[in-house]
Amino acid sequence: MLVKFFLLLRASGIPVTPPEFLSLLEALAAGLGESNAERFYHLARTCLVKDERHYDRFDLAFARHFRGALDAFEELSRELPPDWLERLAERNLTEAEKAEIQSLGGWDALMETLRKRLEEQKGRHEGGSRWIGTAGTSPFGAHGYNPEGVRIGQQSSRNHSAVKVWDRREFANLDDGVELGTRNMKIALRRLRRFARRGAATEFALGDTIDATARSGGWLDIKMLPERRNVVKVLLLIDVGGSMDPYAQLCAELFSAARSEFKHLEQYYFHNFLYERLWRDNRRRGGTEKPTLEVLRTYPSDYKLVLVGDATMSPYEITHAGGSVEHMNPEAGRVWLARLLAAFPRFAWLNPQPRRAWHHTASIELTRELLDGRMYPLTLAGLDEAIDALK
Amino acid sequence: MTAEFRGSASYIATAELMAAVKAAAVLSRPLLIKGEPGTGKTLLAAEVARSLSMPLYEWHIKSTTRAQQGLYEYDAVSRLRDSQLGDPRVKDIHNYILKGTLWEAFEAERQPVVLIDEIDKADIEFPNDLLRELDRMEFSVYETREIVRARHRPLIVITSNNEKELPDAFLRRCFFHYIRFPDEATMTSIVNVHFPNLKRGLLREALTTFFKIRETPGLKKRPSTSELLDWLKLLVAEDIDPEALRSEGGKLIAPLYGALLKNEQDVHLFEQLLFLNRRNAR
Repeated sequence: MLVKFFLLLRASGIPVTPPEFLSLLEALAAGLGESNAERFYHLARTCLVKDERHYDRFDLAFARHFRGALDAFEELSRELPPDWLERLAERNLTEAEKAEIQSLGGWDALMETLRKRLEEQKGRHEGGSRWIGTAGTSPFGAHGYNPEGVRIGQQSSRNHSAVKVWDRREFANLDDGVELGTRNMKIALRRLRRFARRGAATEFALGDTIDATARSGGWLDIKMLPERRNVVKVLLLIDVGGSMDPYAQLCAELFSAARSEFKHLEQYYFHNFLYERLWRDNRRRGGTEKPTLEVLRTYPSDYKLVLVGDATMSPYEITHAGGSVEHMNPEAGRVWLARLLAAFPRFAWLNPQPRRAWHHTASIELTRELLDGRMYPLTLAGLDEAIDALK
Repeated sequence: MTAEFRGSASYIATAELMAAVKAAAVLSRPLLIKGEPGTGKTLLAAEVARSLSMPLYEWHIKSTTRAQQGLYEYDAVSRLRDSQLGDPRVKDIHNYILKGTLWEAFEAERQPVVLIDEIDKADIEFPNDLLRELDRMEFSVYETREIVRARHRPLIVITSNNEKELPDAFLRRCFFHYIRFPDEATMTSIVNVHFPNLKRGLLREALTTFFKIRETPGLKKRPSTSELLDWLKLLVAEDIDPEALRSEGGKLIAPLYGALLKNEQDVHLFEQLLFLNRRNAR
């Protein structure tokens, strides 16, 4: 029975290995998980899960494996006051998620679908991506992953003591799909560091000194060498304004993390897509603009190019000359992007929109094609992937 | 080991934490502890050692710490100097081998607790260099060709602040526990342990305010248990009236909140929220 649980954990993406599984069995044999489901749950988690980001997945898998049908479904009230739901959403959703709801047709459409599904549906449902229930990815039901999900049957009416520990999913926001703070970003960016010794020799070189002293028959001969420095160079281009407004905070965090992490960081702003001009100042007006060509000429090709933007616009803004919403651009955006990519062969595009929303937008797909697929979500996991692409 | 760790007079341990410590002790695996700063990760080892009356060996890791330093160091420079000065000690290499924390713990008379604090501060390869030592509880001293074995397998507690990912091979050998932020009930018992004579009213109001501040969206560093305890100390010292903490008409007043918020951006954000709340209350 536990072997199946073990396999289920692996299938849920928790990196458990046989030795860990054996140590759980060893612990059980020593009588540590006896008589009490909760104790067994804690023991299994201690032995098998080595990262709090996986706690949530573990809780889900545990619930799936060990729980029979619990009937939380009765709590689903079939008569939902619409304004209550809307208030709830105002409280629980971020700006970005609200924007996404708008993109799915807005509140009314969402509520309409919900009502239809409630009528169609008869029994309790769990997992899956369409029906209302718990732990699924459908927009409706409690505990789900869908950002526009509507929480149903999880209000205070639920008897708290009856909820199993693993059912509370208190570690949901430790899962690594979620947004990141500056510190985490710094740690992620740190992986891009490349050290080299260049410049003035200011550090005492012990090995060399001993070697040289021995060679000169005991006469002290002090050797110095240059300090180790991070020599990685980054050219950061950030989209500002318009559709990027909900992500301003995230971009500011990325920027502040990048600035403290890299000595050679050059940063410019663009609007929607890349054209013949870039800006130094994100207010974008007033003398800080610089021709893109000059940027291309200024920085050598060992700069790593990081673009940050949601790439959400009309496809014409990418493909056609004169397509920009702001000015008359003599050359199409894709031409400029191609020039940048040719000049800086190490590049990555970070998109603050969640990955699963990408295929809804033609311009994102188009941009990804132009980038040879090197577009990554602006989350910790995405940043890690991007850094692999930049290496 | 027969005794069991159940928290102590000054340290409240949750059931899950006790289970994790017990599992680590019974199967003698290192226990890796993570959690928000200020939730008592480092204190755990000291409290386990004290309540089970085991000797405690602490090894605090810095960014420059190497794994070898926990085992032993060979002080070649002293030996070189002594040889120039004709010191007789120079004949015996043992005089220049300095024992590290792990070596000392391995030689302990009774089963010791070893704390390896903030392992993530060290170089990325650091945990890999300790794999065999933690697994077999032995290491060899190259200079003297001797092998040091643990007389009693120590209970090893490792803390991490998540600044670096730890290698998988290392994680596989550890048990893991994430100290989650205490809920209001646990927090009340923690505070009771530290301030047994606190006025009930003040405690309730302080906790409400504290959790409200923690829930303020966008804080860079949310206040933690140790900060709450500091703040309460201040409140008691200043003899603040519980009434002063109460939210009136949506107002959120927290005297001496400098003890809770440690970041000027957070203080700024908090003041803005205060201002907004006041304006809305009008």
